[in-house]
Amino acid sequence: MQRINHRDLLLGAIFALIGAGFVIAARGLDMGTTQRMGPGMFPLILASVLMLLGIAIAAQSFFTPEEAIGKVPWRGLVLILAAPVLFGITIRGLGLVGAVVLAIATSTFASQRAGLALAGLLTLGLTVFCVLVFSYGLGLPIPLRGPWLSF
Amino acid sequence: MELLDNLALGFSTALLPVNLFYCFVGVLLGTLIGVLPGIGPTATIAMLLPITFAFSPATALIMLAGIYYGAQYGGSTTAILINLPGESSSAVTAIDGYQMARQGRAGPALATAAISSFFAGTVATILLALFAPPLSRMALKFGAAEYFSLMVLGLVCSVALAHGSILKALAMIVLGLLLGLVGTDIYTGTPRFTIDMPELADGLSFVAVAVGVFGLAEILRNLENEHDRAVTVKRVTGLMPTLADLKAVAAPIVRGTTLGAILGILPGGGAILASFAAYTVEKRLSRTPERFGKGAIEGVAAPEAANNAGAQTSFIPMLTLGIPANPVMALMIGALIIQGITPGPKVATEEPQLFWGVIASMWMGNLMLVLLNLPLVGMWVKMLTIPYYVLFPAIIAFSSIGVYSVNNNSFDLYTVAAFGFLGYVLVKLGSEPAPLLLGFVLGPLLEEHLRRAMIISHGDWTVFVRRPLSATLLTIAALVLAVTFLPAVSRKREQVFVEEE
Repeated sequence: MQRINHRDLLLGAIFALIGAGFVIAARGLDMGTTQRMGPGMFPLILASVLMLLGIAIAAQSFFTPEEAIGKVPWRGLVLILAAPVLFGITIRGLGLVGAVVLAIATSTFASQRAGLALAGLLTLGLTVFCVLVFSYGLGLPIPLRGPWLSF
Repeated sequence: MELLDNLALGFSTALLPVNLFYCFVGVLLGTLIGVLPGIGPTATIAMLLPITFAFSPATALIMLAGIYYGAQYGGSTTAILINLPGESSSAVTAIDGYQMARQGRAGPALATAAISSFFAGTVATILLALFAPPLSRMALKFGAAEYFSLMVLGLVCSVALAHGSILKALAMIVLGLLLGLVGTDIYTGTPRFTIDMPELADGLSFVAVAVGVFGLAEILRNLENEHDRAVTVKRVTGLMPTLADLKAVAAPIVRGTTLGAILGILPGGGAILASFAAYTVEKRLSRTPERFGKGAIEGVAAPEAANNAGAQTSFIPMLTLGIPANPVMALMIGALIIQGITPGPKVATEEPQLFWGVIASMWMGNLMLVLLNLPLVGMWVKMLTIPYYVLFPAIIAFSSIGVYSVNNNSFDLYTVAAFGFLGYVLVKLGSEPAPLLLGFVLGPLLEEHLRRAMIISHGDWTVFVRRPLSATLLTIAALVLAVTFLPAVSRKREQVFVEEE
């Protein structure tokens, strides 16, 4: 049996890298004195601790048995993360209805089960529901139709 | 009696029609998301937090609280009927509850869960009413050093009680603390870690981080293997437990409530740990431990009492100290801040209606939950047939609208996606998301009190050990950390959670 836990090794490396990034950024800030701590002191301490913890987790991984990372839903990953981004890009231009339609349609295809008919039905139903609940029910001040759609 | 006056004020607030209505909405939503696996109270509360801005502070908190303890009720239904924890705190209920259902005793199992939860909820409400005011008064005497030490203790406890590797939990907390510091430094106005983006000047949006780490990451976890849920029990008959059942569960309910109430107050504990610990205790104490795992009714009663008691007593540190014991409480603090209320010991005296209204509403909510869950259990079972591919697009749509409506800022949605990705990677590699969010909320507070304490003490580090209260808190923190690393204890820690497998 292999004695390296790649999952932990990767996790440790991620923590160490993020820690290192914050250390570099924090070094550009004023440290101040112990009495009047500057904006950089507390973050520098934390970032160093994070880096050390990451190194410790990575070091430990050489002495623990391998654990499977398991499968990654690649299609889901891309589409689920894209949905809120699309919503953010289009909400001002398209308004609530357009942005919600895009977000729902995109995320529906994250499932292996989704077909065109299902996606269409879901998008329609959920959009109507969202508009009723958020716009009419709760009175959110987001325009239903944005400037991109005014012609 | 002061307590009675306070409770009277509380009930007069909780019984206002608008508050009753939103308490009902809260527990209804809570039960719904509790029943449905794949969406938890943290993600739901994060999603709905922005819309509570339109409510009065008391109404907002009453509804959000209802979602949290409502989810504890709903989670048990799924656990018992389909052997899947609807909520992570119901994972142990599934062990014996599902076996009872297979033996045709689904009704008594569900009734036991509801009765235990109601008993625990009532006791926890009383505890909250008794202990919150004196704690608030004590907290008013806290200085910067005490607050700093208290938060250190809180963070250490949340590491000790976290599920899984201690090092990973520590790293998640520190990462959370660092992320919480992104934005403009309050003392000097210096921008920190903003990578020259003006959107980051006010820091990362708390709601966006919570939705990303708890909402999106959870969806991605669920998409790893999509499968249909099999509801084995189509119809539930004969709800009432027998007299023998009631006798068997009386003591476990009391023990579960006690344990849950204590663990709920501790940071990082809350409902999940409480239910695991209660199950382990019952199995230890039982004269017939071999029945556990084969449909022992005590194995349903104790954890369900514990998780509900824990869910409610975790409000104590939030309401009295302004310090969250778990991510849900961190969100409650976020809700208070959105309403312009500074969380802390002053809430009890300055906003008595809010403080007592929330406490009183919990008891009302528990009563509604018993009525909602027992007679309507058939309806909840039907909910389970909603397929996941319908559910998650709805979650995405609601959270996008919710996050956007906080600041009308598209940048917050990119934050959601970024933290959804980061959260998924970290969870996939074996970390827990809860400590990250706790650190995120406490980061700015911790730094502020540290710096204030150092200014007051003229740069003397010993201030933290010279003040008796602060020294006591730090000593406890050191002891907890030391004990956690003891080999015997770390083995025990693993055992508490081992039932889940």
